[in-house]
Amino acid sequence: MIRRSSLHGCTWRFESLADLMAKASPPRSGDQLAGIAAHSASERVAAQMALADLPLSVFLSEAVVPYELCDVTRLIIDGHDSTAFVPIAHLTVGGLRDHLLACDDPGALRQGLTPEMVAAVSKIMRLQDLISVAQRCRVTTAFRNTIGLPGRLSVRLQPNHPTDDAAGIAASTLDGLLLGAGDAVIGINPATDSPQITTRLLHMLDGLIQRHAIPTQSCVLAHVTTTLRCIEEGAPVDLVFQSIGGTEATNASFGVTLSLLREAQQAALSLGRGTVGRNVMYFETGQGSALSANAHHGVDQQTIEARAYAVARAFDPLLVNSVVGFIGPEYLADGKQITRAGLEDHFCGKLLGLPMGVDVCYTNHADADQDDMDALLTLLGAAGVTYVMGVPGADDVMLSYQSTSFHDALYLRAALGLRPAPEFEAWLARMGLDGTTPEALPPGFAQGLLA
Amino acid sequence: MSLPTRWHDLRSFTPARVALGRVGQGLPTAAHLAFQADHAAARDAVHAALDVAALRAALGPQTKLVRSAAPDRATYLRRPDLGRSLHPDHDLAPQPGCLAIVVADGLSAIATQRHAPALVEALLALMPELGPVVIATQARVALGDAVGEALQAEAVLVLLGERPGLSAFDSLGAYLTWQPRIGRSDAERNCVSNIRPAGLAVPEAARKLAWLLGEMRRLRLSGVALKDDAPDYGSSISLDST
Repeated sequence: MIRRSSLHGCTWRFESLADLMAKASPPRSGDQLAGIAAHSASERVAAQMALADLPLSVFLSEAVVPYELCDVTRLIIDGHDSTAFVPIAHLTVGGLRDHLLACDDPGALRQGLTPEMVAAVSKIMRLQDLISVAQRCRVTTAFRNTIGLPGRLSVRLQPNHPTDDAAGIAASTLDGLLLGAGDAVIGINPATDSPQITTRLLHMLDGLIQRHAIPTQSCVLAHVTTTLRCIEEGAPVDLVFQSIGGTEATNASFGVTLSLLREAQQAALSLGRGTVGRNVMYFETGQGSALSANAHHGVDQQTIEARAYAVARAFDPLLVNSVVGFIGPEYLADGKQITRAGLEDHFCGKLLGLPMGVDVCYTNHADADQDDMDALLTLLGAAGVTYVMGVPGADDVMLSYQSTSFHDALYLRAALGLRPAPEFEAWLARMGLDGTTPEALPPGFAQGLLA
Repeated sequence: MSLPTRWHDLRSFTPARVALGRVGQGLPTAAHLAFQADHAAARDAVHAALDVAALRAALGPQTKLVRSAAPDRATYLRRPDLGRSLHPDHDLAPQPGCLAIVVADGLSAIATQRHAPALVEALLALMPELGPVVIATQARVALGDAVGEALQAEAVLVLLGERPGLSAFDSLGAYLTWQPRIGRSDAERNCVSNIRPAGLAVPEAARKLAWLLGEMRRLRLSGVALKDDAPDYGSSISLDST
């Protein structure tokens, strides 16, 4: 449907809902690269005003990606809970913003909201709005510990190594444990995606977790088909990882379908390895992945990203994070754009009911630095982010980008009075790692280096 | 190796920044500034301009010059599509069947400046039939397809600076494409990465590339179908999206 909006004596015309949402998006290089961004600041605000006046019900009748072309659209529309929608059915996008800011429990609306509604409202929110609403959405998940409780901040320990050397990975893992990281997951990005290497690393982490009775879970972030094969061959798989996107075509570019994800979830559940919960999936997402796969259907990258969360929530994940600054400056050009996108992603994920973490990160060709990361990290802490990454010294020597460090997570916990997941916190206390870091390794700790 | 007993001992197991120490919750000053120094080198490499005159002097007077459609570095970084398009002001004449070499700045002109002349010299010693050599600025890998198309080349070898990491800011990448034409996908290329003294040294890189070029001509293809089972000259896995 064509919509018009006037501001300062000018009238702008928006060809479709997707066009309106793209023009209403706060500026970012990816939408400019796609040729769908607003051409002026006034056009952007005119679009935001038109978007604010749009009834939420429009999102149930007008799809940004055609229903018949995309299984993600079908998942969203067919899975929409019309009963949960009733309390907000009369609202516009602007009305939803006001409601979210005023209500005590915005998370209660999650099944009545579609990703497009959530993306739309985020486009007319400032950073403080994104923080204030997300903070009031609590999402709790569990496997061998409980993640997302109020006042808690978990950390994914990310011990990558350029050649998947097991002893090198073990050394980074021990470093992280000494610095209180690892309660979200000990998760390795393998340099080479093979069942042999994945299985070897899974056994190494499983041995470490068992030997020290660490209440956490492991994951090797291989392709889902690799992990499925490892499960078939009897490897100790705690979590199934997969990168996902917000259109069927993006997922195809990742080599996955919804039915493949379902199969993997069932396979991991059949192993029964969780002790306090049954959330077995781990997903990563990121603005720009659809455009880079030419699978965005002319929709802005933030709306597509929110649609990826509809995919994620269909599989009751333990963990979901956006890799916000990883995809490069052609999608998010600088610290300002990365900051905004990180808070949008966290807000949208939380409002849709996901245990949302963020990989606060940047590459060396983006206009960003450690100060930008400190600012985003602190803002996300205030927003109640479920977990962040822990990489030795913030320098991922395999993926060649900068994420947050074990020290960064310690800073955030101390600055905001946040604590690790309760089971993990008790383990840290038993190991004497709950205060400072001892110069001598705890007894038996170096055993994993023999791997 | 005996098992470590102290935190600091972990450092011998990985190039990662482990056992940095801890002051309160933060990094000790030396570790903090070491990180800043490595990031500064990477940033400077991204923004360095290729010294075309010096490069041309090193590569020889026959070297052609082209540029991409990206007018400056800021645009180049945000618009990879422009970095893949050849600016129309070039004077490339068709040389059907040639094996062209494109020497490009990519994301680290420092890598190109430092290592490309020696690599081209080593390659020409192994394969004198290579050429012409074309210098390209504000260039992405796929600019080689446009250059190859203009030359009607049989194959193109693109040498360009890889995205700097904190551990290396002067790493050169080499991308081989059989029958380069606009629109080739990255799956149709072969890559040799991390070419620098502390990574894959120039003589080894040259031998590996010459072997791949020979196989490419024998099999008349490049990309995933050309398996890289060369004698062990080093990794050909690309971690970089250029």
